[in-house]
Amino acid sequence: MRNDRTVGDDLPYTLNREAGNASKSLTEESASPGNDILSSIRRNPLALGGLIVLVMLVLIAVIGQIATTWMPALDPATVRLVDTLRPPLHVVSDLVAAEDRPLFGHYLLGSDHLGRCILARMLQGTPIALLIGFVAVGIAIGIGVLIGGAAGYFGDRRIGPITLDTLLMRFTDIMLCFPTFFLILTVIALVSPSIWNIMIVIGLTSWMGTARLVRGELLTLRERDFVTAAHALGIGKWRILIVHCLPNTLGPVLVTATIAISGAILTESALSFLGFGVQPPFATWGSILADSKNYIFDAPWLFFIPGLAIFAVVLAFNLVGEGLHDAFNPHASGPRGKIK
Amino acid sequence: MIRRILYLFWQRIALLFVISLIGHAVIHLAPGEPSEVDPFNPMMKAADIEKIRGAFHLDEPLWKQYILWMRDLSRGDLRSFKDGQPVLSKIWQRFLNSLPLFIVSTLLVWTISFPIGIHAALSRGSPVDRISNLIAWALISIPGFVLAYLLILGIVENIGVPVIGMRTFGNDGAPWWFSIIDLMWHITPISLMMAVLGIATLSRYTRSQMLDVIEADYIRTARAKGLDESTVIYRHALRNALLPFITMFGLMVPGLVGGSVIIESIFAWPGLGRLAYEAILSRDYPIILTVNLLGAVLTLIGISISDILYAVADPRIRHRSS
Repeated sequence: MRNDRTVGDDLPYTLNREAGNASKSLTEESASPGNDILSSIRRNPLALGGLIVLVMLVLIAVIGQIATTWMPALDPATVRLVDTLRPPLHVVSDLVAAEDRPLFGHYLLGSDHLGRCILARMLQGTPIALLIGFVAVGIAIGIGVLIGGAAGYFGDRRIGPITLDTLLMRFTDIMLCFPTFFLILTVIALVSPSIWNIMIVIGLTSWMGTARLVRGELLTLRERDFVTAAHALGIGKWRILIVHCLPNTLGPVLVTATIAISGAILTESALSFLGFGVQPPFATWGSILADSKNYIFDAPWLFFIPGLAIFAVVLAFNLVGEGLHDAFNPHASGPRGKIK
Repeated sequence: MIRRILYLFWQRIALLFVISLIGHAVIHLAPGEPSEVDPFNPMMKAADIEKIRGAFHLDEPLWKQYILWMRDLSRGDLRSFKDGQPVLSKIWQRFLNSLPLFIVSTLLVWTISFPIGIHAALSRGSPVDRISNLIAWALISIPGFVLAYLLILGIVENIGVPVIGMRTFGNDGAPWWFSIIDLMWHITPISLMMAVLGIATLSRYTRSQMLDVIEADYIRTARAKGLDESTVIYRHALRNALLPFITMFGLMVPGLVGGSVIIESIFAWPGLGRLAYEAILSRDYPIILTVNLLGAVLTLIGISISDILYAVADPRIRHRSS
């Protein structure tokens, strides 16, 4: 699958390229597929930028979770009615009680219509944004690999008059016909809106792409020589599927997963914006945005801060996804060109 | 050929039946009922709730509710839970409001994304290509409602034109040309917002399609024949790169329902998406179910149109199927 340039390959163009990349020695570079992917991302400034943003985001999420739970200065639920709609870096009023004062005595990112510190609320929302992205996409990928794997590898089995492949793929087609966002909105509005319900519903309605992708990959992998060889060695079907075939679908699945995470974060923010998100007083980026829409002329920072945060994170996931795609398909013509 | 079309038609009708079954089951099995919209209203006695449930057939078993829904829908006398209006005429009215938005935004998508994508593909790796790639990703990544609010802020603060709703309130006696300009002021921002995502994805798609085609052997042959570059690009490459757009056209048709919920709510446009949103808020099952079904019908119509267009445009597919 990968181009098999080995350590001993001393073609001049290889040396030139590696030398321009003064980061690691030649022997460590391209020693394994993982390193190859990493070095490809390192050569792509946009993907590298996205990756740095994501690493920072994870750090912020961890720090935020700890700080908002244990530091009273960063308690997102502290209401200070004397200091409503303050702009960023505004000094706290003297009327605020000592134990209610925000971090460093300033509203570093401003305060909202109840005088709550936006910095604290944004920090509280950071782990939620990541959690929703990862869990929802985890569910979607799980279902997708299961259905796609069954259809692609055991598709010949018959259930009554039709094959398993026909059955599963028709079901996938049916799910693709639903207007997705409308369905998510309906179900979330009917069941009680909690983080877990949102994750589950987004996951249950977005696995179809992965299923088709995995099925397509498995249909070609099944005919490859190494699978025939594994059969000849007497290895069981399940072992061939799990140990030999599925790891080969990892690349494309990882690319779709990365881009799907950004989609899940956008969907959650849209749900929160319409009022169906995580319920107050708990803050997510989407709900901070939703609160801010009534004060957009008086306090535009309330709108710009969470909007920019969502934009930056989603863009970072998308750029990393594109970088991964280019890394897995070195000969692909364009970003996301072959993945559908 | 005809036999194949008929076969596909029947297959899709069967698909539609299963979709309506699943949609009905999902919406009815989810907890929460129309009778529970206002649970703390002291005027609602248990007997009243029973009466409402009986009037809406909510106390019947699920399969019977499905049959009743289908019967009323096919006779055209399905009525909304909320105001007792016939569902079909309500949806048709809103559909007519959404249609101009869909047409304008589709035109915007096609006219803007094609030149950008082709230009980016022809100048691959140049600063223009990189910048348009980054802008496309940025437009994909920004939440639609954030962009919509930014646009409203910009228009209202700098130009001072009211853009919310379908027409400015209170200018009924205005001359006809004023009404037309007014309508255009209202329709442009919202269709632009609906087009943004399409422009970004389609221009990237055009780019990758064009790159695929440019590297094909027959393009090399055309160049080797000594044809000039514009003939190679526009006669040989572009025609083949355009084929997959027929698929994209089919995929855009269902955007009439699903893609407009948030944007129509923000701009207070009385279209289909907003009708659906209002129905969800009041748990108006007949409208939710019918709009959901309409979404599926539009998806299937879109797929069918693109199948037929494909067969018309691409002789390889026509010959394989017959």
